[in-house]
Amino acid sequence: MPWLTALRRLKPEHVAKIKAVLFIALLIPLTRLGWLALHHGLGANPIEYITRSTGWWVLSLLLMTLLVTPLRRLSGLNWLLRLRRMLGLYAFFYACLHFGIYIWLDQFFDWQGILKDIAKRPFVTVGFTAFVCLIPLAATSTNAMVRKLGAARWQKLHRLIYAIAILGVVHFWWLAKKDITEPLIFAALLGILLFARGVFSARKAAAAQPAAARSQTV
Amino acid sequence: MLIKRPNDIVPSEITAKSLYDRRRQFLAGALALGATAGIGALGLSMPRMARAGAKLSNLHKSALSTTGEDVTPLKDATTYNNYYEFGTGKEDPGENSGKLRVRPWTVSIEGEVKKPRVIDLEEFLKLAPLEERVYRMRCVEGWSMVIPYVGYAFSEVIKRAEPTGKAKFVEFVSLADPEQMPGVKMPILDWPYVEGLRMDEAMHPLAILCVGMYGETLPNPNGAPVRVITPWKYGFKHGKSIIKIRFVEQQPKTTWQLANPNEYGFYSNVNPEVDHPRWSQGRERRIGELGKRRTLMFNGYGDQVAQMYTGMDLRKFF
Repeated sequence: MPWLTALRRLKPEHVAKIKAVLFIALLIPLTRLGWLALHHGLGANPIEYITRSTGWWVLSLLLMTLLVTPLRRLSGLNWLLRLRRMLGLYAFFYACLHFGIYIWLDQFFDWQGILKDIAKRPFVTVGFTAFVCLIPLAATSTNAMVRKLGAARWQKLHRLIYAIAILGVVHFWWLAKKDITEPLIFAALLGILLFARGVFSARKAAAAQPAAARSQTV
Repeated sequence: MLIKRPNDIVPSEITAKSLYDRRRQFLAGALALGATAGIGALGLSMPRMARAGAKLSNLHKSALSTTGEDVTPLKDATTYNNYYEFGTGKEDPGENSGKLRVRPWTVSIEGEVKKPRVIDLEEFLKLAPLEERVYRMRCVEGWSMVIPYVGYAFSEVIKRAEPTGKAKFVEFVSLADPEQMPGVKMPILDWPYVEGLRMDEAMHPLAILCVGMYGETLPNPNGAPVRVITPWKYGFKHGKSIIKIRFVEQQPKTTWQLANPNEYGFYSNVNPEVDHPRWSQGRERRIGELGKRRTLMFNGYGDQVAQMYTGMDLRKFF
């Protein structure tokens, strides 16, 4: 496939352009909410609307972040990796909005009520846990932090995203009153992405073993 | 002189009729596709006009109306609904209930009554003088509205049906026609939707047979053409588009109770002390307001209804 070959050989300046376009594209959900808010388009319950919308984008962005590695492996488009940090940080950005809306517009800084919610309501508990877990990942997302931690430790820490994504989907699932169609779709997509990772690491282990066995016999 | 040339291009040549007829799905599909790519997200669905109902004349203002509260705008009351027969989204009933045929409409009165019969809607409209009753409506999800309903005491229906001594409960069965109600094709709930009241609750002066709101016949997303309203209970108790009223001896198995017995009880009286297992019922968001307000016991109708539940453990009979 010549187009794929061409894509694989994309020049760094082109990748930078793609990154810039993606950066702007991922601001669209927020711009849209702002536009709707100004034009009375958020419906009868605007706070619910923006809470749900930002939450939906957090989950979507987490899945997009998790999609980078499998997609890169399957396609050989190594530059995809350069988009991953931005996707992850956008997930954190929308999570901050989501959590901020809850604290401010939903609870009006009623800390007692918020603490009670977190402790008593399982769907809030898992959602809050996922949010808290995102903080160290965002904090260690810079190149300097990667160097400081060392690649191995950094990678180990950032495996937290698997747990975060699972908690996020559970959060969505548990808050549904009866219709779980959408949470199920997110769960299925996440399942596929995690399964793909399982397959990759199993293959890696299988590939490493004969090599190890060979080196022992020599 | 102005000469009008015949329009030689038929509109169907520009856009195929089949495509034109499916334009909403087409647009929705394109929008979904665009949103996935993150570019169509700016698209807006057209704001829909609330379907105008027929004006109901000679309405008496009821003394049982709630006073001193701002009435929720009609547009909010008709575009933000839970009516799963038309889909589980809040906008779904407003968008998908256009196909509901509300005339002719009959309601079958059956079960433990001396006078079982099928009543035509037109008769229902004249059974008793229509009153305007402004009531608070509290949804189990934690939001509320203030709606001027039109109807009359449900006891008027009971009186005429002459229930036998065996009638201990009233059961309301809603229409479940997949042809008119797309949501019924989904196995989200056990169709048809069934609700019920204890006999004394159904006889209570606040319980109304509702045929309209805002001075007009009921809009489709609000349960046209006939429903029941018990303002001290959560909204899901207010059966919509009723086709059967059955007087029964045993407590009816109501839809939400069957769907999730831990979360929804038969009584479902508004109660800030008894939380839904997954969220607090202590406060509510009045549609149109930013902050939350305290939820009142029995939705503020405690003075009138509390005596029906004396001696009952409301944590057990939630």
